[in-house]
Amino acid sequence: MIDVLYFAWVRERIGLPREQVKTTAKTVADLVVELRSREERYDLAFSDLSALRVAVDQKLTDFDASLSGVREVAFFPPMTGG
Amino acid sequence: MRISVQEQAFDLGAETSCFAAGHKDMGAIVTFTGIVRDLPDDPLIAMEIEHYPGMTEAALTEIAQTAVDRWSLGDALVIHRHGRLIPGEMIMMVATASRHRKDAFEAAEYLMDYLKSRAPFWKREITAQGEGWVASKSEDEDALKRW
Repeated sequence: MIDVLYFAWVRERIGLPREQVKTTAKTVADLVVELRSREERYDLAFSDLSALRVAVDQKLTDFDASLSGVREVAFFPPMTGG
Repeated sequence: MRISVQEQAFDLGAETSCFAAGHKDMGAIVTFTGIVRDLPDDPLIAMEIEHYPGMTEAALTEIAQTAVDRWSLGDALVIHRHGRLIPGEMIMMVATASRHRKDAFEAAEYLMDYLKSRAPFWKREITAQGEGWVASKSEDEDALKRW
């Protein structure tokens, strides 16, 4: 089980801030494919990966990152701090 | 080094004085403060800032530690608010302490450039005409290249 978190408009499009996902995905990209196949709202949220960023166990990374031993994956738009 | 991610307002003067007080060997203190700015064509009612608890503190700590190491700072401070803010309120501040001013200025700019696009905050603007997420700017990404 992996905790999957969504922030900002990704959270709004999917309709929840976090969920537990049972997955055999090996990479973040595989997980995205699984999520997109679930329902239209997921498909829509992940339709343009260039507009998304991903963190694995709270570290910013890429979509080809491995999920081996990972507890938490977060998807969000580019950050706007400061 | 102190990192604070908080909902409540901070006192710029008190924070700056407190930061400056501890550093007799540092000749330069630079501070930068970010303010919620009103929009010229569409008055801003509020700005809501969402963040990623846990990752936010870790990301800010890593960014600040890199600045401390790179510019041999005596100290660094980052305060960043989240939640609902109104125009004119202070969103965040950074402070840097170094022996000479150049390092303090550069390190403060580095902190600002990195926390714009590498710290997990997302701004949402609420205006009279509607509301929406603030899009990131390509200049913010480009700003990182000079470091």
